[in-house]
Formats: sequence, structure tokens, C-alpha cells
Amino acid sequence: MNKLVNLVNVFALLSLLAVGGGTAVLPQMKHDVVVTHQWLGADQFTDIYSLGQLSPGPNMNMVAVIGYHVSGIPGAILVLLAFYLPSCTLVFAVGKFWDHFEGSPWRDAVQRGMAPITIGLMASGVYAIGRTATINLDHSIRFNAITVAITLIVTAILLMRHINPALLILAGGAVGWFALRMA
Amino acid sequence: MDRHDSPAKPPNVSLVKLFRVFLYIGATSFGGGVIAYLREHLVNRQNWLDDDHFLAALEIGQTVPGLISTNVSVIVGNRLRGVAGSITAVAGMTLPGAIVVFILGLLYARFKNNPDVVAVLCGVGAAAVGLILAVTLQFGRREISKWQDWIILMPAFVLVGVFHISLVPVLVVLAPIAIELNRPNRKELAAYHAQQAAYHAQLAEHHEEVAARHSAADASARTPS
Repeated sequence: MNKLVNLVNVFALLSLLAVGGGTAVLPQMKHDVVVTHQWLGADQFTDIYSLGQLSPGPNMNMVAVIGYHVSGIPGAILVLLAFYLPSCTLVFAVGKFWDHFEGSPWRDAVQRGMAPITIGLMASGVYAIGRTATINLDHSIRFNAITVAITLIVTAILLMRHINPALLILAGGAVGWFALRMA
Repeated sequence: MDRHDSPAKPPNVSLVKLFRVFLYIGATSFGGGVIAYLREHLVNRQNWLDDDHFLAALEIGQTVPGLISTNVSVIVGNRLRGVAGSITAVAGMTLPGAIVVFILGLLYARFKNNPDVVAVLCGVGAAAVGLILAVTLQFGRREISKWQDWIILMPAFVLVGVFHISLVPVLVVLAPIAIELNRPNRKELAAYHAQQAAYHAQLAEHHEEVAARHSAADASARTPS
């Protein structure tokens, strides 16, 4: 019961802090889940994040898996509600009066000001996951060379071409399996 | 109600149809490209809203906390069918992925020690980092225009990413500074206030006109013909 309350508290707060999308709250989510509450290990957190990339729709549905690991099916359902309901309610309310500020220079100032915060937080999200998924000092140098190569090649392809990212995620899985298990 | 240009009336869409379309988007959009899918379906295929309204929804969705895809779903759902529309759209958008990831999670719980599964997930994880890195770089290239932006960007990254400071104090401190650095100049504010004043004057005139028309109508109704 206590765990469920903690889960709801953690994810409801994250919901309202996700400035500019889910990536922005990844560092705090990882810290809360791995360090503060010790519900999962860092590797597990990264694995579950990877599962989220393999499934369709919003890429943060993986919070359900975290909830499941902590408190079973009730945990999964409560975490989904806690993560979506607060921000959806907020955007519903803001949508009502947003048009009211149409043309206001302050609305532009808020948007221009929040952009660098969003990018800084997204970068910290990349760092939080990359520190386990791309560079992981618990593994061998060869292992790290492979994961770094996968990350950089995927980034380069996406920056140069319009390609469905899902294909690259799947290709990453295939390359990972081949390079880490076969070769 | 938008007061600068009256928006086209939203089309009649049943909740079932709304759910079906969002369910389809939620089930077929992969790997962070959800926004492009939303636009393709809502604007191009279903013709439920025009590009301007989609971009307006996207603007709100990006500024307000929360996932951009669910935020846009809330706004578009509300525009088409009110609160029920918002709930329907978000449910359709998130359910397929939530079910799929849940099943993957069950499989993971069972096979997490299998070395093949571990190897595949390591590859997927590394590729996923590549994806969010690319998204961050693209967003940065589009939005970072002046050196002052870096004064905000770097502390946000270092405090949250490196020192694990909670987002609440970071946002409470950085957001006002960031907005202040971008505060509109006096000319912009003056122009806006003048425009507002003109609008209110026009509105008052309109109200007077309506009131006059009403009292005239009342008077003629009271006079027996």
C-alpha cells in the first residue's frame, strides 16, 4: 500500500515536471527509481526504457513496466494514471485560455525562454540513459565500442535522412545481438 | 474563442470514430515520430483541423509540461468533442503502446537473464540514445539562436543531469530568469497594449450598438400596431 502511494507521488510529480516532453524527466525518474526508492537497478531501468522504444505510441508508456515491477498490475495501472492525468488536466486548462493571450509578447517570451531549458533537460535525459546504455564502465572496452558506435551511427543517420526511427531501433537490436553474442 | 480570426467550425466527429483514429495512430506510430503521424492523420487524412490549428495545438503541447503527443491529443480531442473527446483521444493514443510495453515487460521479467535478450536490449538501448540525441540536436539547432540561451541551457543540463538536483528548484530558479532574458521590449509591449485598447474600444462600440438595437426593438414591440 505504502509502495503504491510512493509510486503515485513520484510519477504524478514527474508528470507536471515534464517540460518539453518525456526525455526531460528521465534523469529525475532514474534517480527516484534507482537511487531514492531503489525499486530497480540502473541496468534494469535502461532495459525498461529500451522496451518502451520497441512499443508504439508515446515513448514513456514504459512507466507501466516500472509500476508493474514495484507493485504488480495495480502498480502498472496507477503509474500510468499518475503519469498522464496531471499533465493532461493541466494542458486542458491551459488550452482554454491560451487563445486569450494570442499575440501577447509575453506568450512569446515564455516560449522563447522555455526552449533552452527544455533543450538542457533533454540533453540531461540523453546523458542519464547514455551513461548506462552507451557508455557503461561495468562492461568491457569492446562492449563499449559497440554501443558507442550504435549510438553515434543512429544519430548521424537521423540527422542526415528522414527515416522511420523504429527501423533504426530494431536495427540497433539486431546489431547488438550479432556483435555482442556472435562475433 | 479565438478573437483575431474566427476558426472554422470543428467538424462533427463521433466519439467512436475519434477513438478509432487515435487508437490507430497510437498503434502505428513508432520511435518518437508521433507528432508527424498525428499531423498526417488529423490534418491530411481526416481533415479534422487545418494546419494552423494543428500548429497552435502543437505550440501549447510543447510549452505545457507533459508528453507532447498526449498534450496535442488532449487539445484536439477537446476541440472536436469537449472533455469526453480529450479523454477518448488520450486513451486511444496511449492504450496500444501501454499494452504492448506491458507484454514486453512480462517477457522481460521472465527472460531478463537470457544472454540473447540482454544483447538485443543493449543494442536497442544504444540506438534509443542515438534517437533522443538526434531529436535533442535537431530541436537545439532550431531553437537556439543567441548566446544568452546557453546561460540557461548549460545550468539546466549540469544541475539536473550531473548533480541530480530536483527539477522543482531548478525550474523555479531558471524559468523566471529565462523568461526575463527574453522579455519583450518596450516597443513590442506598447504595440500590444495599443492593439488591445483598440480591440476593447471596438468591442464597447459593438456592445453599445447591440444595446441600442435591443432597446429600439423593445420600444417597437411595446407600441401596439
